Amino acid sequence: MRPYKPKKNVQKQSYYNDRFWVAPRVPQEAVESDEIFAEDFKSLSKTRKVKEAYLERGQMVLIINAKDNVTILKHLKEKLGYDVLSEMSAIDYLAQDGEFEIFYQLLSMQKRRRVRVKCRIKENEAIQSVESLFRSADWSEREMYDMFGIKVNNHPYLKRILMPDDWVGHPLRKSYPLHGDEAAQWYEVDKIFGKEYRDIIGPEQRDAAYISTTDTCNFARIKHEVPRCADPNSEPERIEKFNDDAPLVETFDLTKSKIVDRTR
Amino acid sequence: MQQRNRLEPYFENLVFERDDNTMVINFGPQHPSAHGQLRLILEMDGEQVKKAVPDIGYLHRGMEKMGENMIYNEFLPTTDRMDYIAATSNNYAFALAVERLLGIEDKVPRRAKVIRMMLLELNRIISHLFWLATHALDVGAMSVFLYCFREREYAMDLMEDYCGARLTHSAVRIGGVPLDLPEGWLDHLNWFLSKLPEQIELYEGLLTKNRIWRMRLENVGVVPPEMAKSWACSGIMLRGSGIEYDIRKEEPYELYDEVDFDIPVTDRCDSYGRYLLYMEEMRQSIRILQQLIPMYKETEPYLMAHAPEYISAPKEDIMTQNYSLMQHFVLVTQGMRPPVGEVYVPTESPKGELGFFIRSEGEPYPYRLKIRAPSFWHTGILQDLLPGHYLADVVTIIGSTNIVFGEIDR
Repeated sequence: MRPYKPKKNVQKQSYYNDRFWVAPRVPQEAVESDEIFAEDFKSLSKTRKVKEAYLERGQMVLIINAKDNVTILKHLKEKLGYDVLSEMSAIDYLAQDGEFEIFYQLLSMQKRRRVRVKCRIKENEAIQSVESLFRSADWSEREMYDMFGIKVNNHPYLKRILMPDDWVGHPLRKSYPLHGDEAAQWYEVDKIFGKEYRDIIGPEQRDAAYISTTDTCNFARIKHEVPRCADPNSEPERIEKFNDDAPLVETFDLTKSKIVDRTR
Repeated sequence: MQQRNRLEPYFENLVFERDDNTMVINFGPQHPSAHGQLRLILEMDGEQVKKAVPDIGYLHRGMEKMGENMIYNEFLPTTDRMDYIAATSNNYAFALAVERLLGIEDKVPRRAKVIRMMLLELNRIISHLFWLATHALDVGAMSVFLYCFREREYAMDLMEDYCGARLTHSAVRIGGVPLDLPEGWLDHLNWFLSKLPEQIELYEGLLTKNRIWRMRLENVGVVPPEMAKSWACSGIMLRGSGIEYDIRKEEPYELYDEVDFDIPVTDRCDSYGRYLLYMEEMRQSIRILQQLIPMYKETEPYLMAHAPEYISAPKEDIMTQNYSLMQHFVLVTQGMRPPVGEVYVPTESPKGELGFFIRSEGEPYPYRLKIRAPSFWHTGILQDLLPGHYLADVVTIIGSTNIVFGEIDR
């Protein structure tokens, strides 16, 4: 029987794991340890429910319900001064929990503080767009849609941004292989010539790692080397056997050596 | 979508024959002043842009995906290929993010920090010179290009003397730097720093009061402060709009809190203001570098952090001590395993805020690696910035946003 390979996460895995090794956690601090964050958190928790809040490496992390994202970001922007959405994207947890985690990285220039707002949605759920609050979310959400296939409601122009419009699959999902799937392999052929040309062109033409045994112009056949572009069926001449009697290293003869004058 | 002739290009949302007298122009992706692979779909009314849709992705290599399939040290040279004009700033941003995730930021030796800062500021000068050269070339000032590339060559020679590479440096490692400065490098740097200010004056003499230059740049590409904030602009795009925020000053990393330098700001908001800032930032970089030279001489000769769990021991230890060799073997073959957690680390790259978001699940491979490249949003802002401008100004605006496609598409 073939061994079962998981399909939901095809990323590279570590080949060796110590059975008894438990990964430590990046230290989390209470929100109260920073005055400004404590005040912001207090003000925020009055508006909507915050599931969890802690400090991690000097930045506040807020975990919220996905349907509150616009309300909370609006409060953070308008009342608390976090007016720059410097980054947002998603993390794929489909294999573990069947969910995506979406994070919004906010910056307040007056307070010099950074906050990360995180929420989770199920695979087929959509998230509300925050483009009306931050214009930068326009492109970030498009990128998130492109890379993960997360639908964004109320987005003005939800369209793939990095991949071509007719691309199949979402590349940053853990289930998408690093070298691309079948549609990626045949993308140009399908588009220019049509699917029926797949058989005519042949899969070996679309495989970057393919090595032809009859091609002596581009590949050397190890231990059966022939001159470049020679007839692949011809066997190479035998290499002369190594002379065992000759010394491996010639002794250095001082009398025959000559010192080059480098000062010239 | 199947078409009759599949080789004929098609554009989904575009109509070429329209009743309203507008014309649709496809600007790029192969255009000399598109700074790489930018495709702009411009709807023109005569000479004026009515609507602009930037189209990116022609240089997409999937670096985030690659990062998830590589151990941390393996990924570092890949970051060179993002902002290839200033490769060290990418290496450094990634190394700093991993160091902060590991919690060994304070263990990096002082000499390594000084060398990293020298490389970063040198890269900033290289990047700004390159920007000035290409921007002036786009606008039409050919000679500035030649002068700038001459000085850039001296700076690249310094980088080459240090790490052997001119464009893709990989000169920073997680936990320090691999090499000490070669002999005589500081003298060369000093010579370069003494020559550069008069060269900057030369460029300014050619451009600052030049009537054509001012006509092409003044009141072109005006980014109001609200728009800059809303589009998450950073770096000179932000400071050119009158908002004083430099991550080196506000959230200092390395030894930026120990050196004395100013953050130039202007509230002109236009391309000309940004040009002035680039010139001033080069001077400030020179100032930082001049302060770093005496700082280097006071440091002790340690280059890599001592954190045996994550960072290999120095080469002598590996060759002489059994345990160091074992650890080195594990770190090279399996990779370091950072603690579970996530970190977002912003740095001030020559283009703006370059940040790395890393989610670690305790595996040698990052679970999620998101690169926050400043040029991505500086390209996005074009769709709000270009309408109303003339076609000739499009080139100026693309130039003054200083975008690099290696980091937009990643």
